[in-house]
Amino acid sequence: MSATARSGAETGLVSCETCGLLSRPAHPAHPGHCPRCGGGIEWRRRDSVQRTWALLIGAAICYIPANILPVLRTNTVVSSDADTIMSGAIFLYMSGSWPLAVIVLVASVMIPLGKLVALAYLLITVQRGSVASNRDRARLYRLIEIIGRWSMLDVFVDTFTVALIQLQPLMSVEPGPGVVFFMAVVVLTMLAVKSFDPRLIWDAGRNWQDGHA
Amino acid sequence: MSLETVACPACDLLQHVPPLAPGAKARCPRCGEPLASRPVDPLDRPLALTVAAAIVFIIANTQPLMGLEAVGRQASTTILGGAYEMWAQGRELTAMVVAFCVVIAPASYIAFMLTVLLAVRRPPAPHWVAELLRWADFMKPWSMSEVMMLGILVALVKIAELATVTPGIGMYAVGLLVILLPAIMVNFDPGEVWRRVEWADGAACAVLER
Repeated sequence: MSATARSGAETGLVSCETCGLLSRPAHPAHPGHCPRCGGGIEWRRRDSVQRTWALLIGAAICYIPANILPVLRTNTVVSSDADTIMSGAIFLYMSGSWPLAVIVLVASVMIPLGKLVALAYLLITVQRGSVASNRDRARLYRLIEIIGRWSMLDVFVDTFTVALIQLQPLMSVEPGPGVVFFMAVVVLTMLAVKSFDPRLIWDAGRNWQDGHA
Repeated sequence: MSLETVACPACDLLQHVPPLAPGAKARCPRCGEPLASRPVDPLDRPLALTVAAAIVFIIANTQPLMGLEAVGRQASTTILGGAYEMWAQGRELTAMVVAFCVVIAPASYIAFMLTVLLAVRRPPAPHWVAELLRWADFMKPWSMSEVMMLGILVALVKIAELATVTPGIGMYAVGLLVILLPAIMVNFDPGEVWRRVEWADGAACAVLER
């Protein structure tokens, strides 16, 4: 883009996150509400970096028990087996359905981990005021925004396995403590992605904040 | 439709969105974010799809998803039955999140969209339409029918090792829902609703658009 490209904020215009209307707030320090849809408007999502870090750290902490603790426990008359997320994927692979094993591995291991790393990278580069590879970082944000929800997959697999296999006393499956932590990782990272403001990527090196806010 | 000045929601770049041909999409030239789209029939078609989704959703939630037969015993489950079993097994928090993602969020999305699309048929639409559309938007990322469907399929493959599993009517309904929900989103243009909605602040304000 040319050097004359201007952002809304540099021009004193706020864009409503709900309806997209551009407006010039009467009191720049408190933009207030969108005149069209009535939703709250802000120059940037409030305390974006701090909130995203807080949610991200929470998710990273939950990620450890989510992978160590069992998500399913299978009880039969003679034995009791505990399955973690990893061993569940390995079971699928061993039983010959390797495409499903790959899907589970991608959705439950790679996507959550990738999301944690990617968000930390976006936060650190924004905090350092980086102006390099903005477009790629914007694309990365868009990617984690879209694929993040798929990591809920394992929670659903566990839910419906548990719901169906209740053949007491012959065999029953119960959810393990890992499933709660895993669900927490997915929810917290989704909230973290929502609280991160991608416009911050493009704000580096521009001092529009001096005028208002 | 004249040139509309917008700021990209993902990078805040000010730009004019040119008039779009039916079926065309506009992306931000700087960051690549989708800015606007012009579906061929932005209100009626999504309304038809939403009505269909509402019917299919009811079937998906009331009919059994799948049945299981092992060692002479039978079991079957519904969507809510899955969340309920999670609750009964002492994972209340997970049960609530599952119920939210597969029942409450898609149901609210369908209900809100249905109301919005009916209300905007006679402009100017009352102001509460804006509130409902905001809620519909909020529900979108949490509505996980397609993720659930894949989850059920993986569970079926796992269980098939141990027992005979037969998909039920609910499962086919979920399959349809997975097609209908994104079809609503693709064919719907929120801009069309915003153009028809009564402004929250009737007073003249320094607004660039229009």
